[in-house]
Amino acid sequence: MNLSLGPLLYYWSREDTLAFYDEAASWPLARIYLGETVCSRRHLLRLPDWLDLAEKLHDAGKEVVLSSQTLIESESDLKALRRMVADGRFLVEANEWGAVRLLSEAGAKFVAGHTLNVYNPETLDVLAGLGTKRWLPPVEMSRDSLAAILMQAPAGMETEVFAYGKLPLAYSARCFTARHYNLPKDDCQFRCLDHADGLTLSSREGETFLTLNGIQTQSAGVYCLISELPSLRELGVNSLRLSPQSRHMGRVVEAFHAALEGDASQTAALARFMPGKPVDGYWHGKAGLEYAHGEESC
Amino acid sequence: MSLKTAIDNGADAVYMGFRDNTNARAFPGLNFDEAQAAEGLRYAHDRGRKVLLALNTYPQTDTWSRWTGAVDRAAKLGMDAVILADAGLMRYAVKNHPQLRLHLSVQGSATSYEAVNFYREHFGIQRAVLPRVLSLPQVENVVKNTPVEIELFGFGGLCVMVEGRCLLSSYCTGESPNSAGVCSPAKAVQWKETPAGLESRLNGVLLDRYGKDEKAGYPTLCKGRFEVGGETYYAIEEPTSLNTLDLLPEMLKMGIAAIKIEGRQRSPAYVAQVTKVWRAAIDAVKKNAAGFTPTPAWMAELNKLSEGQSHTLGAYHRPWK
Repeated sequence: MNLSLGPLLYYWSREDTLAFYDEAASWPLARIYLGETVCSRRHLLRLPDWLDLAEKLHDAGKEVVLSSQTLIESESDLKALRRMVADGRFLVEANEWGAVRLLSEAGAKFVAGHTLNVYNPETLDVLAGLGTKRWLPPVEMSRDSLAAILMQAPAGMETEVFAYGKLPLAYSARCFTARHYNLPKDDCQFRCLDHADGLTLSSREGETFLTLNGIQTQSAGVYCLISELPSLRELGVNSLRLSPQSRHMGRVVEAFHAALEGDASQTAALARFMPGKPVDGYWHGKAGLEYAHGEESC
Repeated sequence: MSLKTAIDNGADAVYMGFRDNTNARAFPGLNFDEAQAAEGLRYAHDRGRKVLLALNTYPQTDTWSRWTGAVDRAAKLGMDAVILADAGLMRYAVKNHPQLRLHLSVQGSATSYEAVNFYREHFGIQRAVLPRVLSLPQVENVVKNTPVEIELFGFGGLCVMVEGRCLLSSYCTGESPNSAGVCSPAKAVQWKETPAGLESRLNGVLLDRYGKDEKAGYPTLCKGRFEVGGETYYAIEEPTSLNTLDLLPEMLKMGIAAIKIEGRQRSPAYVAQVTKVWRAAIDAVKKNAAGFTPTPAWMAELNKLSEGQSHTLGAYHRPWK
């Protein structure tokens, strides 16, 4: 089992983004997903910039995957998607079925992202026939449901599980960050730049609940499966996806790496590096915001 | 029952679901068993109307046969189409019932013509229902670039998230539309009168608290009042409904094949009133599109039936975004 760094879901300055990936080049990661998957208005890095970064990380020994935009709305979104597919140097992660169409037409192998909604082996088999080499289950999928799929998974299919980070839960036409500032989406003044780990939404009694990240809604809790490595291994999961956060990401990667090597000494300290409370309910077939493992383990 | 009411009041086609979690309205007291479905079909067909079966949740591995069984029953009953979201299930339907007409459910989350055309090429879908996130020019761009018929939501609840890609409900309660066919399930709802006001909770999470003069609505997760940056407000969406009557001439002009009106979670009286207004409006547009304006009586009728007693054009109208 190895580690993947998921695509950066937030909008950081160009300098911060490049500095983050400079550091990431030295972390014990098998692969890095790059690209803007949330909002087409975010432009501080464009495809040529991501491709430059991809070359650098590839030279540093990482497998690089370009991750496609999750909600495609306009013709210009499709143009950007076609450019990404046409480049052909790197594997692409398809995050909606339009990308699946373009990638399969191009005869490319690809990664099937977690928003493709693969809930059963039949659908996974459809994707395998179209060129999928690695897939991610929906983030809401439980261990037991995943086990049932993997019993019948197509031969050679690799499985990656979203194992750390605030959970990407929903996508909208509306921008909730712009809405918070009473700005129209088309003139959002790029307020996402002020919220490096998103904007926390709490209930009226102060309980943290969700995170607003532009058009994406995430959990406020940080999904963490570091205590589940034995069951992930047993299922035959190949990679764990760790989702970028603005601070201490290197420590997070290090803790997972150590745990994979059998050294759990950093596991307990991980909670200190999280931008929210740990949650793992989904993995146990419960509400996502629950935490089955208690404070000591994550 | 509501199906007859919808047909009597002018619906061209009516959606139905079987009485289990194979459809995205798996609420108690809704939906049909096989005998009722056959009766509904007969009623519709006798009057030249259609019945479409919703099988638009995502089948799970261990209950796969429930969904394939539902496809088989749909074919046997002679459903005019089945509405599917899952690619694996579409493959099953094409292989086993090649004559069965397939529609892509809104839960399939296809927002571009590339996605719609994918389902066309691989499974021969003949119609797609688009998520409520595109503006009208974006919808038109889809229509122009696919041979697949396009159906739009016209009236009912306003899903502010892309359908099929919203897990907020399972994050809070363990059940989502994708996996369990429900959003903000009733069994997770708690109401409580407190000194601070009437509180609604979903699996313990406070969704809203109502003052004395405020009307309390069903606690759909995305329509609660929350705190962000020290402010309390409808952080995601106000409890409004979608009503696109104003846009009807534009929709029909760009070649929209059907307008979808939510009725499956509603009373027969609601279904009768809404269907009657929309039938009259569509007939009016077909007669004279240029001169069409929704009558004040229609709008008053629809507003009366709207959640939160107000409505919006949603994403079809760009400034809403």
